[in-house]
Amino acid sequence: MPGPRGAEHLEDESFPLVSETRHDGTVAVSAAVPPDEGLTAERLAAKYGLSVSGARPSLVEYVRQLWGRRHFILAFSQAKLTAQYSQAKLGQLWQVATPLLNAAVYFFIFGLLLGADRGIPSDVYVPFLVTGVFVFTFTQSSVLAGVRAISGNLGLVRALHFPRASLPVSFALQQLQQLLFSMLVLVVVVMAFGSFPALSWLLVVPALLLQFVFNTGLALIFARMGAKTPDLAQLMPFVLRTWMYASGVMFSIPAMLADKDVPTWLADVLQWNPAAVYMDLVRFAMIDGYGSSYLPPHVWAVALGWALLAGAAGFVYFWKAEERYGRG
Amino acid sequence: MADETKSARIPTVIADDLHIVYRVNGAKSGKGSATAALSRILKRGDDRGVRTVHAVRGVSFVAYRGEAIGLIGSNGSGKSTLLRAIAGLLPAERGKVYTDGQPSLLGVNAALMNDLTGERNIILGGPAMGMSREEIKSRYQEIVAFSGINEKGDFIALPMRTYSSGMAARLRFSIAAAKDHDELMIDEALATGDRKFQKRSEARIRELRKEAGTVFLVSHNNKSIRDTCDRVLWLERGELRMDGPTEEVLKEYEKFTGK
Repeated sequence: MPGPRGAEHLEDESFPLVSETRHDGTVAVSAAVPPDEGLTAERLAAKYGLSVSGARPSLVEYVRQLWGRRHFILAFSQAKLTAQYSQAKLGQLWQVATPLLNAAVYFFIFGLLLGADRGIPSDVYVPFLVTGVFVFTFTQSSVLAGVRAISGNLGLVRALHFPRASLPVSFALQQLQQLLFSMLVLVVVVMAFGSFPALSWLLVVPALLLQFVFNTGLALIFARMGAKTPDLAQLMPFVLRTWMYASGVMFSIPAMLADKDVPTWLADVLQWNPAAVYMDLVRFAMIDGYGSSYLPPHVWAVALGWALLAGAAGFVYFWKAEERYGRG
Repeated sequence: MADETKSARIPTVIADDLHIVYRVNGAKSGKGSATAALSRILKRGDDRGVRTVHAVRGVSFVAYRGEAIGLIGSNGSGKSTLLRAIAGLLPAERGKVYTDGQPSLLGVNAALMNDLTGERNIILGGPAMGMSREEIKSRYQEIVAFSGINEKGDFIALPMRTYSSGMAARLRFSIAAAKDHDELMIDEALATGDRKFQKRSEARIRELRKEAGTVFLVSHNNKSIRDTCDRVLWLERGELRMDGPTEEVLKEYEKFTGK
């Protein structure tokens, strides 16, 4: 095959070459329409009301577009959830079996081997631990899915037009649906250890909704960071594991720190960190022996604050780079 | 075409000195070892392992309502990249693309999941292209019938990974072609499926063309360009080499490729 220089003789012929015409100021030869002649591309676009392709919409418009794609967001999250176990023989049973096995492993290690149940009555410890694992996993997997939401779906981003925030939101929604399966397991575990359905169980709904908003915000933030630096996908599991061990998933923070010489601000920071707050709220709602004495003060306000902060900051931060996703 | 009534020509797509650059992480040195990666990080400046590919270099053109424009050029000349940039899917490094409304790429491949049934994929693919639930519902039977998936049994209820490659391609095309578009871009979508399906899809594309304002078609098949397009852009190495009526450009292109 001849190289691209093989057709240079073209310039001697009468065929209009665009590389020539561009220097003359016209846009393209076949476009040399008298009334529009001499107009720059920008003026021509303005004259016919064309807009820049792929430009970032305003924040309000962006919210509107995202709402318009709600069916896609839901369908995508459900599809991802179903596709996850479609090759397994037990199929969708794994939705429930996975959290159950997870809880069993943590109970074996922390409850039986290490005895981390200090300061908690033993009949409260198992539901305490299982709730902690499930609620933390909700945040953890939302962040991990968020990191890959754009960088792992470049094909989709480069092929179809939709507000890119659909992807991290959809992944957070997938984790919410996953959590609902876990909650089935949790109800059984909690009842097996002597806490029965009560009105206080309804508090789980606002607690998890706030956590979902918080998770979505984090997923949006990490989606933008992960789109720029895909290496985060390798790093985040370590960060998240550190966070898990510091948040009192398998031990009670006040009980663990009680006989240690640590400054009170450290205990406050640990207790007010969002993961600990959401875990404590769900435990408080569902476990009879886990009363308000275990909760930090103003816990609902803190839960709401974290949700609003992460949700709003994450959304704006993600939207700011909307036109740049899909490169690299 | 150039000698039609000029005063009535309304531009729908304007590309103004468009440059598209891809950045590829960790591809600078051919060696994939960890030590090579480390030495890349330690190096200062722009050299740090990011390789750039300048896929489209300064392309300008104006497309008008009612035109069907073919994009030709050898592999890797930037045709698909240009198409994605017009659709606003790839950010421009320099220059701008102005469009009337939202151009869309014909294709939903990326949104579909092999582990899901054909039925679930239709329900997923429609909203991915921006169709509403009602639209999907009303067109569902049409999509299944068009794809012909069920001609050999109830395949629509099986996961897509069990389909033959031809069947999967047919379903993908059927979902993609279910939507009407203002400005339509087709990337070699004509060459899917068996002869019978190709005829059906060509007919559907002609239909879509009638409804769409402007059509862009990327193809290596000069015959389908001749059948469909009245204007051709010839790209080579990311530069616009020629822009004109189909026959003139194709004649030069065929000379160039040694046909």
